[in-house]
Amino acid sequence: MDDLYRDYILEHYKRPQNFGELDPHDLEAMEHNPLCGDELGVHIRVKDDRIEDIRFHGHGCAISQASASIASEELKGMSLAEVGELDADWMIELLGIPVSATRRKCALLNLKVVRGAVTGDHAWPA
Amino acid sequence: MTAASGGGAGVRADFPILARQFGGRPLIYLDSGATSQKPQAVIDAVAAHLGERNANVHRGVYPLAQEADAAFEGARERIATFTGADPRTTIFTKNVTEAINLVAYAWGRANVHEGDAVLVTQMEHHANLVPWQVLCRERGAELRYLEVDERGELSLDALDAELARGDVRLAAFAHVSNVLGTINPVAEMCARVRAAGAMSLVDGAQAVPQMGVDVEQVGADFYAWTGHKALGPTGIGVLHGRRELLEEMEPFLTGGDMISSVDFEGATWNELPWKFEAGTPPVAEAVGLAAAVDYLSALGMARVREHERSLTAYMLKEFARVPGLRVVGPPEAEHRGGLVSFTLQGIHPHDVAELCSREGVCIRAGHHCAQPLMRCLGVGATARASVGVYNDRADVDVLVSSLLAAREVFALDGPDEA
Repeated sequence: MDDLYRDYILEHYKRPQNFGELDPHDLEAMEHNPLCGDELGVHIRVKDDRIEDIRFHGHGCAISQASASIASEELKGMSLAEVGELDADWMIELLGIPVSATRRKCALLNLKVVRGAVTGDHAWPA
Repeated sequence: MTAASGGGAGVRADFPILARQFGGRPLIYLDSGATSQKPQAVIDAVAAHLGERNANVHRGVYPLAQEADAAFEGARERIATFTGADPRTTIFTKNVTEAINLVAYAWGRANVHEGDAVLVTQMEHHANLVPWQVLCRERGAELRYLEVDERGELSLDALDAELARGDVRLAAFAHVSNVLGTINPVAEMCARVRAAGAMSLVDGAQAVPQMGVDVEQVGADFYAWTGHKALGPTGIGVLHGRRELLEEMEPFLTGGDMISSVDFEGATWNELPWKFEAGTPPVAEAVGLAAAVDYLSALGMARVREHERSLTAYMLKEFARVPGLRVVGPPEAEHRGGLVSFTLQGIHPHDVAELCSREGVCIRAGHHCAQPLMRCLGVGATARASVGVYNDRADVDVLVSSLLAAREVFALDGPDEA
């Protein structure tokens, strides 16, 4: 079996969870991966300082789409303060595949856009 | 290339990097549109220069410096001859980007005014786009785009219509598109631009390495290309300019080497081409590029072009066997340079490139520094395979089998599955 393109990664890529629009929403952001021009946007609905619901939209590679799909399930219910503390290791560990240096940004794009929406910090997650 | 085409098995053997293996598989390098690999002759020329003739150029009186001078200016002559240009109007820059910026700053800022227009095309690399965006914004000029049709080609009628508006000061376009592969009719375009009283700039980055280019025949006011895509080193680009224009223009970068004399109040400029070469120039790189064009000349540029056309035709034919593969750009190899951009239904180009790399195949994926064109094509990214003198049909065969294998990894059975 392929190290990178494991069944669950391809499954999330082909049938991503929590993709689409969310209206109304309280927070939103849109980010680009300068490497490939991929775009990923997020809509977030907030209740009691927690992510009540979340939807991603945009297009990207298997790694970026699967990362967003996998992260979306974890992000639901998370407090905004917790989201602000999430780092790159959290995402890479969650993804569970060896991500090369060149594909790292693919995996981290969703966290970048979510952090951007929640905290206004648009830097790449460290 | 084959022996009959002027190179023989020797061509591949001339490129030491092609002996490398990745994961136990031979390197199949199909990314020459990004940068070419280097023949041993170029590597040796750079090493010999640094090992035997290195000194700074232009002012040394000792014999070693004179050897360095002769090597550098001799390289300029060989490089200019390769493209049918005059060495005095052949300026060394860092790359095409710097060459175009040189024109945008030194010519553009003096000649493009409010109400004027600069014309580019929708197929330009960012290098031939962003400098004009910045210039137009700064000068209050309008930047207009020639459209790319569904075949990936430009329309001469549309060019005429733009020129007829009377406000175009400069038209800038690629000789060969780095995404579509389209070979544009640049000589005809330059003639029409000149007839309209405007200036022309041609980005020859993808053209000079793979077809015989004579800048006199092209007739552009400015023609830019780069060394590293033409078997030469990185760090050296070339700008050919029309002499009268270069004479009139103020310098781009200022400092050492580009002056005639300096006092505390000011300076006067050196003569061409050195007026546009501030600071110590890329000496070893020029020597390496001269060795590269000598290598290409020995192969014969007509043969190089035929090799790349034939290989591209083969690639287009073989790609038709891959379900879900969509080629962008002109369908016939005759109208293309040696590259093919494509998408594979159901697999993002980055994943296509990643999976090809498992088989040792190097292709590029992304927007190819042409994001506006990507939007026109309705895709976020494409994969691109580009060939060089060292590639053969067996390389294309490995690419095609890698693409078929990629479909298997993604468990795609039919052509339409997303």
